[in-house]
Amino acid sequence: MAPGRSANECISDLPKAACHRTLALFSFMRVTLFIPCFIDSIYPHVGVAMVKVLEGLGHQVVYPEGQTCCGQPPFNSGYWDEARVVASRQLAFFKDAEVVVSASGSCGAMFKVFYPELFQGKPEETEAKSLSARTFEFSDFLVNQLGVRDVGARFDGRVTFHDGCHGLRELGTKEEPRQLLRAVKGLELVEMGEGEACCGFGGMFAVKYPEISTAMAEVKCNSILDTGVEYVVSNDSSCLMQIQGWLDRNSPRTVKSLHLAEVLASR
Amino acid sequence: MISIQEQFHRDTERTTADVPRRAFIRKALHGYEVRRDETKATFTDWQQARTVAADIKYDGLNHLDGYLKEFEEKFTARGGKIFWASNSGQARDYILKLAKERQVKSIVKSKAMTSEEIHLNPALEEAGYKVVESDLGEFIQQLMHEPPYHFVFPCMHLKRDEISALFQRELGSAATDSPEELTLIARRFLRQQYIEADMGISGGNFIVAETGMISITENEGNARLTTAMPKIHVALIGIEKILPKLADLALFLPMLATAGTGQHITCYNSMYGGPRQPGETDGPEEFHIVLLDNHRTRLLADAQQRDALGCIRCGACLNVCPIFKNIGGHAYGTTYQGPIGSVITPHFRGLQDWKHLSGASSLCGACTDTCPVKIDIHHHLLHNRRNAVAEKKVWWERLIWFGFVQTMTRPWFLRIANKLAPWGQKLHPLVLGTVFDPVRTWTKTRDFPEVAPESFHDWWAKRKETSK
Repeated sequence: MAPGRSANECISDLPKAACHRTLALFSFMRVTLFIPCFIDSIYPHVGVAMVKVLEGLGHQVVYPEGQTCCGQPPFNSGYWDEARVVASRQLAFFKDAEVVVSASGSCGAMFKVFYPELFQGKPEETEAKSLSARTFEFSDFLVNQLGVRDVGARFDGRVTFHDGCHGLRELGTKEEPRQLLRAVKGLELVEMGEGEACCGFGGMFAVKYPEISTAMAEVKCNSILDTGVEYVVSNDSSCLMQIQGWLDRNSPRTVKSLHLAEVLASR
Repeated sequence: MISIQEQFHRDTERTTADVPRRAFIRKALHGYEVRRDETKATFTDWQQARTVAADIKYDGLNHLDGYLKEFEEKFTARGGKIFWASNSGQARDYILKLAKERQVKSIVKSKAMTSEEIHLNPALEEAGYKVVESDLGEFIQQLMHEPPYHFVFPCMHLKRDEISALFQRELGSAATDSPEELTLIARRFLRQQYIEADMGISGGNFIVAETGMISITENEGNARLTTAMPKIHVALIGIEKILPKLADLALFLPMLATAGTGQHITCYNSMYGGPRQPGETDGPEEFHIVLLDNHRTRLLADAQQRDALGCIRCGACLNVCPIFKNIGGHAYGTTYQGPIGSVITPHFRGLQDWKHLSGASSLCGACTDTCPVKIDIHHHLLHNRRNAVAEKKVWWERLIWFGFVQTMTRPWFLRIANKLAPWGQKLHPLVLGTVFDPVRTWTKTRDFPEVAPESFHDWWAKRKETSK
């Protein structure tokens, strides 16, 4: 039994989880992966873990190989014309996707929230709105679209969860990753103080205003260290790049950062 | 002379290094958050209250011309005077001329951010008037010779011993660690000022069109004394403070107190509708209201960002902002600090000079989440960035984004770059931290992750090949 959970909770999960897994086998959903550029090159194992989890639930996973960046860096820097050039390619690659699942809350928010604004009044507006409606962040997709909580994962360790701001506030994903983590056998979830505080990454902000960004990382990482956990998990690898980068340089002890998908793929 | 942006960089470098002060601010604001959440919970539906408040403010702004005229008619009918000031110079000149004509010697002020905005105190002092701030926080900041740190909590950055030392130095008082003692020291000094002053200058939290009154909320009673005792009362208020109906205050007074300080309602809430009327025993003989535009109409003309004018200056967005908590109020260099200040300052004082404030944000959205009148604050920071680029592109940024587009629209190029990156990273230690380090602003304080030897794309391609 997972620590911190009542026997009742665990028992009630069993038939439900088994049921979902069985149902999923017959629903044959075709899931199109959106692997953001930095995950592709720096954190490919996150994508691999997503494939493992989704296929483990019985779904077919598709990956359009021409995809690159969502265009958020120039978009956030005010260069919307340049962002549109990059973003319009993505529109084409995901045109036929039934559902698009993003490995990052932030890049997912770019598709879901910012594409409709970026293409407002442009010929691609309809396509952008359509992609927005079909895009889901990974944990949101598992919990709210597939109705899954227990993916059958086992992970031994104490874990705290960091909410990426885009996932939390643009997409409204708060409980979903926690529901998934609580269902992981052997995992103890510990909430940190000032849990909803930003880690200070913010894309180009991290390199344009490094002092402010680092001060924010310091606050966030101290909250993580105060929990005494061994792992910090998030549904956004960009936040984890910031958090792990600060911890590796400054932390007195080792805390390892993991994407939610990596934990859910553990057996 | 360095640029405003360069000054901002230097100031933030200094303030973020001040770890004890940052911890002090964070602790104070944590206390605020706890109180605010308790008070918020006493609303039947806080989210619904926000929606209603946003609608009322938006209606007020969309019909500003009509409501302001209605206000003027009602207010002047009771003998009040209205002056429409297009800019800060006109507002200052009106108040200076009035003080001269009425042979004013001493002026007492209650809290008014508009007076900071138009730099009224230096102008009055230069003309020879004695000016005393009567709000405790503002009084302390006046003695410190520095602007407010936070537009609701002007001296929140100062610790008790620093205030005690200031009072010893400036007022000749005895050393004390007690907040009550410190308040009494200020009170003893200030009481005399109200008696001596022949002009009182205030701000205003709301302008009520329906009744031709202004509403002032406060906790110290100093605004009541400032506005009632001197024979002339001048209120300096931004035109955007309009509320259509008196009944709107039933929502806005508790909302402002909740979002601003976590109180159910502030200790004193006063309505002012004109000078002393025949048969009345107190109140000022003359009551002037200076309605300040100072580029507010420029923001009003921006249909996308107009809602930012609905700000009721509660300061809630500052209190939750991780940028504010870490750089502090003075680093902004603006009258209005924090997220809302970063949105509106470029409209008030020039986009190119102040666009860096919109850039200095991780766009986390905590401000928008907390804003009681639902201003889309963090998205407006994005809009300011876009507008600044549309107005004037920076050549090297343009070059970067040109290169970015070239790379991201050619996947084969990205693949090659990915293949070469691990080799490139092997050479990184040779240039680490030097001007040749392309990510030196990152690596100065944080480790940079290693590029994987095999990208997801390559893994997928290989897997597809083997499963054939």
